[in-house]
Amino acid sequence: MNDMMQEGIWLPYTFAFLIGFSMLLYAVLDGYDLGVGLLSRFVQRPDRDRMVGSIGPFWDANETWLVLGVGLLLVAFPAAHGLVLGELYLPVALMLIGLIFRGVSFDFRKKVSPEKQERWDFSFFLGSLVVSLSQGYMVGRFVVGFQPGFVSELYSIFFGFLVVAGYGLMGATWLILKTEGELQRFAVRWARRAIWAMVAGAVLSSVTAPFVNTRIYDRMFSFPEASLLIAMPLVSMLLTVIMHFLLGALPMPGDRLAAMPFAISVSIFVLGFVGLVYSFHPYIVPGRLLIVEAAAAPESLMVILFGTLVVFPFLIGYTIFAYRVFRGKATDLSYD
Amino acid sequence: MDAFVLSRIQFAANITFHILFPSITIGLGWLLLYFKFRYQRSEDGKWMELYSLFTKIFALSFSLGVVSGVTMSFQFGTNWPGYMNTVGNIAGPLLAYEVLTAFFLEASMLGVMLFGFRRVKPWVHNLATFLVASGTTLSAFWILALNSWMHTPSGYEMINGVAHATSWWDIVFNASMPYRFVHALIASGLTVAFLGTGLMAYRHLRGNAGPATEAGLRSCLVLAAVLAPMQLVVGDLHGTNTREHQPAKLAAMEALWEGGEGVPLTLFGLPDEEARENHFEIGVPRLGSLIITRDPNGYVQGLDEFEGEHPPVAPVFWAFRIMVGVGTLMILAGLYGAWLVARRRNFPRLFLQLLLGMTFAGWIATVAGWYVTEIGRQPWLVTGVLRAKDAVADVAPENVGLTLIGYLATYAFLLVAYVAAVFYLTRSAKQLDDVNRKPNPL
Repeated sequence: MNDMMQEGIWLPYTFAFLIGFSMLLYAVLDGYDLGVGLLSRFVQRPDRDRMVGSIGPFWDANETWLVLGVGLLLVAFPAAHGLVLGELYLPVALMLIGLIFRGVSFDFRKKVSPEKQERWDFSFFLGSLVVSLSQGYMVGRFVVGFQPGFVSELYSIFFGFLVVAGYGLMGATWLILKTEGELQRFAVRWARRAIWAMVAGAVLSSVTAPFVNTRIYDRMFSFPEASLLIAMPLVSMLLTVIMHFLLGALPMPGDRLAAMPFAISVSIFVLGFVGLVYSFHPYIVPGRLLIVEAAAAPESLMVILFGTLVVFPFLIGYTIFAYRVFRGKATDLSYD
Repeated sequence: MDAFVLSRIQFAANITFHILFPSITIGLGWLLLYFKFRYQRSEDGKWMELYSLFTKIFALSFSLGVVSGVTMSFQFGTNWPGYMNTVGNIAGPLLAYEVLTAFFLEASMLGVMLFGFRRVKPWVHNLATFLVASGTTLSAFWILALNSWMHTPSGYEMINGVAHATSWWDIVFNASMPYRFVHALIASGLTVAFLGTGLMAYRHLRGNAGPATEAGLRSCLVLAAVLAPMQLVVGDLHGTNTREHQPAKLAAMEALWEGGEGVPLTLFGLPDEEARENHFEIGVPRLGSLIITRDPNGYVQGLDEFEGEHPPVAPVFWAFRIMVGVGTLMILAGLYGAWLVARRRNFPRLFLQLLLGMTFAGWIATVAGWYVTEIGRQPWLVTGVLRAKDAVADVAPENVGLTLIGYLATYAFLLVAYVAAVFYLTRSAKQLDDVNRKPNPL
């Protein structure tokens, strides 16, 4: 009996961790390619081709992390999956249609007659925008615990724009890493705008979060946990200031430090994500479902865990391989 | 309409749209590998040209398959929460293994396969192509294992209304799984064979036939001639399996209202659900029993044994006839084409037009076949375990209606765009038959 209790605790937490890990990786990885999609509107071909070229070999695998995250939620916490996706029925559908158009535009834009190409470019941008907005909106709804009402809705919509700025930052810093010349200078400029938009949004959303969700309020003003919650925004601010001066100095001769902005924006994302998750714990659906009470049968979870542990090293291995094959500055992709 | 009906239409629309693209990529991955090996052995540029045209079609199909597949993974939760709540312990691991072993593999290797041509060594590129093809096939394996389990569940026990696994071997290799898996793989091969012959016939008819077009046409015709008769045999075995495990489905396929010994084979008829009989029925005496039981006097269960518990008859009956009809046409076209190839004859214009008309015949047969098996499982979602109506989400009907319209409009638009793009790629592949062009170094 005691063993069962043990299993009933560590297994759900392991899966909550795996889901969080997949979602974070998704936000970072698809974040940069959605960001590139958002920014693609600001340039013309052939620069746009190079931008798309910088994400072409990766976007599909990036999106798979969403399938894994949602899939693990579905299999490990079916009750939570049904509850969350039921509450978010319409924004999920909107996001999916956005993902559809974003994803197929990659291929259609170079495979149709020239007069139609511009339209697919636009659908690529619009799809990326719809996906970013709806994902941000959904995170916002999650934060407010799906409460109805004008203030909660407004807060969620605001979160949508925050994620647009965040993905824009990821996209711009990815482009600093993967491009050169004029396009790279553009990317530096985009990054400088995006980072301040994102910081302003993040501060505003953090300050207002305790008022739209009382659970977060209690969390924030209870010691000693509060000291940790204060440290994280401070570190983020420090990173932002470093980023600001770094961007002022880029591009440098010999392309030095071109990877730094991307690394910093990933760090900010990770901090923000950890902060969010921390404010929810021990709930899997804020205020509704606890992690331990939502889990599926242990024997099935063990089967999945076994598979995950066996497959993960391979997965990481060939992901690194794919990124190595396409390392260096991006070019317009071609099939031959 | 209520949320149940709308959710079912939405799921059907979703999965119908989705299946179109895997049914191309599963087979096409292996065909690409074949083109590649032919090129590497013969150094004849025409194989490389075929490879490069069909790679583009593969990429387009793949991305449509991915995005419509992502949609599927959300639908379980948004519209059918009862499904995971009841059989999540079985379905969950199977779906998770599909994502872990197949999705990441194909998604990561696809980039290398499509754009890594000049960045990796030839053998690495071969390996990437092989892994993409394996990934699509592996993905089919897991999803068909789960689908088959929903038809013929085994290896589980019910505790408090929730399914728990007792034997994963029995779950994966359930009674209908081997038949359905092989049937679906051959269907994909046939879909690709006729896509290939259709597109090459299109180039032929436009007057730009050259060595690559010829080679593509011949290869795909031979593939069709091999696979189409094989599918007949496998389909028949699958039907026998259905008789054993899902007799109500089989009775609906044959619109057999009353069972008995020595039943006829209905060639035509208008099933009437109200009167529980067929109008204008034309049948061959005893042939039904002969095909189904291998004995002209064999006993076949009729719909009368399952009154109130069997699937809607007309859609299953008609979908089955469409599938068999298209399949028969495929056998005839494949064998005739292979005969022309063997005799080194020219392709008559009429035959090329037929092939062009059959470009997407594989889609029709595949979708019809899926309708037979999926509608044929009704009213069950998981045979004997969970009814479809008990799994549906409590979503406002107007919300389901709204998303349904959104999805339908998206799918219709993308389908037209896809078909247009495939023909555009085929006709604008200028270098396809340019013998003077230097082939790509590979």
